[in-house]
Amino acid sequence: MAIKQLSAFVENKPGTLLAMLKALADAGINIRAMSIADTRDFGILRLIVSDVEKAANVLEHNSIVTTTDVLAVEMRDEAGALSNILSALGEANINIEYLYAFTARTERGAYVVFRVDDNEAAERVLQAHRIATLSEAEIAAI
Amino acid sequence: MPKYFQPEIETASREQLLEIQNRKIVEQVRHVYDHVPYYRALMQQKGVTPEDIHGVEDIHLLPFLTKADLRDSYPYGLLGADLKDCVRIHSTSGTTGKRVVAFYTKEDVDLWEDCCARAIVAAGGSDEDVCQVCYGYGLFTGGFGLHGGAHKVGCLTLPMSSGNTARQIQFMMDLHSTILCCTPSYAAYIGESLAEQGIRPEDNCLKAGIFGAEPWTEEMRRSIEQSLGIHAYDIYGLTELGGPGVAFECEAQSGMHINEDHFYAEIIDPDTGEVLPEGEKGELVFTSLDKRAFPLLRYRTRDICMLKREQCPCGRTHIKMCKPMGRSDDMLIIRGVNVFPSQIEAVLLSEGYSPNYQIVVDRVNNTDTFDVNVELTAGQFSDKVSETQAREKALEAALRTMLGIGPKVHLVTPQTIARSEGKAVRVIDRRKLHD
Repeated sequence: MAIKQLSAFVENKPGTLLAMLKALADAGINIRAMSIADTRDFGILRLIVSDVEKAANVLEHNSIVTTTDVLAVEMRDEAGALSNILSALGEANINIEYLYAFTARTERGAYVVFRVDDNEAAERVLQAHRIATLSEAEIAAI
Repeated sequence: MPKYFQPEIETASREQLLEIQNRKIVEQVRHVYDHVPYYRALMQQKGVTPEDIHGVEDIHLLPFLTKADLRDSYPYGLLGADLKDCVRIHSTSGTTGKRVVAFYTKEDVDLWEDCCARAIVAAGGSDEDVCQVCYGYGLFTGGFGLHGGAHKVGCLTLPMSSGNTARQIQFMMDLHSTILCCTPSYAAYIGESLAEQGIRPEDNCLKAGIFGAEPWTEEMRRSIEQSLGIHAYDIYGLTELGGPGVAFECEAQSGMHINEDHFYAEIIDPDTGEVLPEGEKGELVFTSLDKRAFPLLRYRTRDICMLKREQCPCGRTHIKMCKPMGRSDDMLIIRGVNVFPSQIEAVLLSEGYSPNYQIVVDRVNNTDTFDVNVELTAGQFSDKVSETQAREKALEAALRTMLGIGPKVHLVTPQTIARSEGKAVRVIDRRKLHD
């Protein structure tokens, strides 16, 4: 099941990111996972948050945002867990645009967020390998 | 070594010059009235006929031409000769998408090259010299103008065109170039490149440089003179009037002599159009006295300038103009290329961007930097880095096609470009071009 990721444009200027994160904090939004892609000129902040709609409204005040469907997967926090998933996707010729991972103090402990072009195809591959994708409710419960 | 290319004209008395100008303007106005319906209509609107023009003192009766007229009459509307008698075009950028196209008869090319030859001789050039022309050859007038002038003087001419600095330096050193023709910023760049290679100013054979097509300061002149071990001379012109050589500096380096037998200069109040007395600062207006294919009368250059007629130590009698002190429109000259903010706006709108942009121009190590900040709008932002970078590249390519010069595009957050009284500040020019 795909979940919503929020992406925001971040200019490469001191203080830009801080202002955005403060605005989210002031609105009581909890960030479950995040990553920043950076180039010489700009960055793209990618967030999995507790309330996508509210977070988008907040960030639209000082940036430009877009929401994208991504896949989140739970795995054991142990060596080789991620490479098993990647090889499953690789064998099926599914191209990963980007991913970011995080750990938490839970039973399985490790999570990874994927951005692929075809979520349904990727999900089928993951299911075939008995790798479950997380729903938004499950993410919120971490 | 000759001091002048055409001594009788260049040192003619005030009376002789006036007599030449009066004779030519009467003929030229008649020619334009008969051959250029666009200008004839302007004259009729103003109630002026060729019979009203007895000499240059009557020029103020004639209507002005502006860049907008050139755009509206593109491409043939101001043509003053049969196309079969035209042998050349050159072109420069216009205020929006349309370029300015100027036509030349054989005689027009000839007189233009005379003007450039005068500039080369004034810079100390003769048939003993090796003249390296690194202005662009092509639609731009710089290359062909100085090239033609150098031929007339009898210089060994190196038609290098612009760019490829390593090759420029190789030819300069191997073939003992003595005169360098290019933009001042390129001359400065060559100077830096020579220093980087450990070539000292006294190691080259250069003695003079003729630099134009962009604004430069006295400080820059001194720095170029030191780095190349030369005397640096300014040259002025615009495609609409033929190209470089409308005016040029002599050994006195205190203003540019206008080739008054071919171009009549006025200074006007840019707001009222009223002619200002000599010595006052205002907009420079030129009348082409004898170019036939593109005979512009009272063309408003938008350059803010002053004229002074004084006895020059070089012996030339032609009136001098100072370095342009600014513009009465928003045109920028970046690396020698004319850039209008309206051109950038046209590209942004056609590419689906908001018209909120900011042009930032600076001069770093004597070379212009050119950046355009553009506000992103919803729908243009992607979570993928590659897509946003591809947007910047595509916009840079579109701007390069329109302007002939490539800016660096920076996409920025919406509503972040500084606004003054609700209007975005379009241009930040950090260069200190005018003393």
